[in-house]
Amino acid sequence: MQLKPGAVPPPNEDKRWRIVEGTMRRHGHQSHALIEVLHTVQECFGYLDDVALRWVARNLRLPYSKVYGVATFYHFFTLKPQGKHTCVVCTGTACYIKGSTALINAVTAKAKITPGETSDNKQVSLLTARCVGSCGLAPAVVFDGEVAGKVTPEQISKRVEGWMRNDA
Amino acid sequence: MTLDELRELAETEREKQTQVKHEIHVCTAAACLSQRSDQVKASLEAEIKAHGKEDCCKVKGVGCMGLCAAGPLVSDESNGRLYQNVRPADENTDTKEIVASLESEPVERLSLSPELPFFKEQKKIVLENSGKIDPERIEDYICAGGYEALLTALTEMRPLEVIEQITKSGLRGRGGAGYPTGLKWSTVAKASPHNGAKYVICNGDEGDPGAFMDRSVLESDPQRVLEGMAIAAYAVGANRGFIYVRAEYPLAIKRLKIAIKQAETMGLLGANIADTTFSFKIELRLGAGAFVCGEETALIASVEGKRGNPRPRPPYPAQEGLWNAPTLINNVETFANVAPIIRNGGAWYAAIGTEKSKGTKVFALAGRVANTGLIEIPMGMPLRHVIYQLGGGIPDNRRFKAAQTGGPSGGCIPEEYLDMPVDYESLASVGSIMGSGGLIVMDETSCMPDVAKYFMDFCCTESCGKCIPCRVGTVHMHNLLSRITAGEATPEDLALLERLCDVVRNTSLCGLGQSAPNPVATTLKYFRKEYIDHIHHKRCTAGVCEGLARPGKDDKPKGKPAEVTA
Ligand SMILES: Cc1cc2nc3c(=O)[nH]c(=O)nc-3n(C[C@H](O)[C@H](O)[C@H](O)COP(=O)(O)O)c2cc1C
Ligand code: SF4
Ligand code: FES
Ligand code: FES
Repeated sequence: MQLKPGAVPPPNEDKRWRIVEGTMRRHGHQSHALIEVLHTVQECFGYLDDVALRWVARNLRLPYSKVYGVATFYHFFTLKPQGKHTCVVCTGTACYIKGSTALINAVTAKAKITPGETSDNKQVSLLTARCVGSCGLAPAVVFDGEVAGKVTPEQISKRVEGWMRNDA
Repeated sequence: MTLDELRELAETEREKQTQVKHEIHVCTAAACLSQRSDQVKASLEAEIKAHGKEDCCKVKGVGCMGLCAAGPLVSDESNGRLYQNVRPADENTDTKEIVASLESEPVERLSLSPELPFFKEQKKIVLENSGKIDPERIEDYICAGGYEALLTALTEMRPLEVIEQITKSGLRGRGGAGYPTGLKWSTVAKASPHNGAKYVICNGDEGDPGAFMDRSVLESDPQRVLEGMAIAAYAVGANRGFIYVRAEYPLAIKRLKIAIKQAETMGLLGANIADTTFSFKIELRLGAGAFVCGEETALIASVEGKRGNPRPRPPYPAQEGLWNAPTLINNVETFANVAPIIRNGGAWYAAIGTEKSKGTKVFALAGRVANTGLIEIPMGMPLRHVIYQLGGGIPDNRRFKAAQTGGPSGGCIPEEYLDMPVDYESLASVGSIMGSGGLIVMDETSCMPDVAKYFMDFCCTESCGKCIPCRVGTVHMHNLLSRITAGEATPEDLALLERLCDVVRNTSLCGLGQSAPNPVATTLKYFRKEYIDHIHHKRCTAGVCEGLARPGKDDKPKGKPAEVTA
């Protein structure tokens, strides 16, 4: 059976699916819009779960394996839910030689997580990036989407400690 | 919009600006924004209002002024004053003092001399508008002469004449390999369309860690890139273009979206530009964090919505690219050079730089150097001059050790070559490359085997895995380097590492694998002593490698010394 583009209704009532549908519509449900659509899903839901991947696959008329393959190829996409707060430590060259390793160690010491992990209380996720483009201010960290420059291990420790305590 | 209408608009805009006595510029590019420059701007505005000076003073958010490390930067265009590290009103009185002193002596505490070699010795072509115009207003760009080149090309030049000027300019691709731009354009122009289509792609992936030139150009002067792409499309006969930008650059994406919309509204992009038969539409595509997607064939796969696996070339994208159609793919900075070349002529551009490397190059100066930020210099400037004059030298009285250019595809240049001119050939002659323009300065606190390990870690995690030499070879090299930096390696390991450099370089499919051994090979060549120290004496002079002895600090090396053979 050949599905009509856009023929598959969203998996549930969640309004955010409409935004995703918007992206698919804008690209005429063509398969080359896959990466753009995955960006939208991740923006809306924070990560790409299996339900979303399958729905996107059917709507763009792509094999699930292909969608899964793309979602796992690119570092920017994550298949796991993230913590309430994220802390992205830049490990680009400039940041590396100005001490990004010490920053990661500081987070590991405070939240008991290594890059790619989320703390047990789901408060903090630690990620790394290959250059966030603020090398002039190395070492740089992105705290909840905001870039901070010339970060010290003390500063990052304090920030993470605050996040860890906040159970709200 | 016609050329006359464009000029009229520029004139009106210019007049409007001369009525403002003090035009205060606040840098709102990424690095300064991360230091809260948006709040600096808001508090300057509030202060001006409080003084009732709205009529003669205007605050404008502009792009990167270059010296990002001293940000947020603020300048007063009327008298050339420049202020650094300006804090917003809730932190102290910086913005109050600046506004209060507009007519009197400058605020000394914050002053930064525009006479510094950092500013004086640059030559700005690509960055000529950066820090001068508001990147979110197309009128500002037009006022600075924007879109004149495009409309002139469309109405007064044939496509071949446009290509001729680019060829004459000697411009070479700024994305890394330095391929002659004119030659690439004429190949695409000659190719016959596939299903009636040809495409232009702007490569804004900028995956090199330590590089932020393209980001800065996109954030500071996005219209410039659009104009360059449109001129290119006209020259090669394309009607559709894509800009591929990494998702990690949200501000660049936001400003590009605004820029595309504004250019379309004004009729400078879209159907029948300037009432001619030429139409050109630009779409944005977001990368998703894969370094290999900067490679042109991988990038094309990614625009097609696939995994970013490179494919063998030929066929080159110029013949068979996006959806099998002839595709022109150039770097952001390459496109940013196009409008001025058309405006001033190819000969003008060719008069700048060296014999084989024409024009200027933008570098992201970072690492252990006093003035970190963005610079644009004429090709051929000696490296020493760049680091010590513009860069202000090495802070904390430390010694220069190496300059890393070209990121993971490049190499480390030692002190003995500091007097070398910066151009494609000279850099290649010492085993490094120009690359996209990352220039990272290292001092004695960097350990070279550790730096090599760092780049190899990058390459093996970024390898797409399609071919074995790169997928397996880089992991193996990384393991060997880990053994070396942990003080566990034998002299045989070193020999194996050198052999792997050759194998991976010569048998990998794409540029990632082919150039991955460069950082290892150059550090082995110029800093061999450090490798020997790690292997034979279990010593890390820089004190970076954990568990190894540092001379002068712990005298006794840990572990058993290896047998000395070399
Ligand atoms: C692994 C790899 C990564 C690359 N990354 C980039 C990049 O981020 N930006 C870029 O413009 N070119 C990059 N290139 C070079 C492109 O393949 C291509 O040569 C370039 O975009 C052509 O534009 P130019 O002629 O204007 O330099 C990369 C190449 C390789 C092999
Ligand atoms: S050299 Fe590396 S990145 Fe390039 S195709 Fe082969 S495995 Fe992929
Ligand atoms: S290397 Fe960290 S911001 Fe560029
Ligand atoms: S970002 Fe403000 S000077 Fe570069």
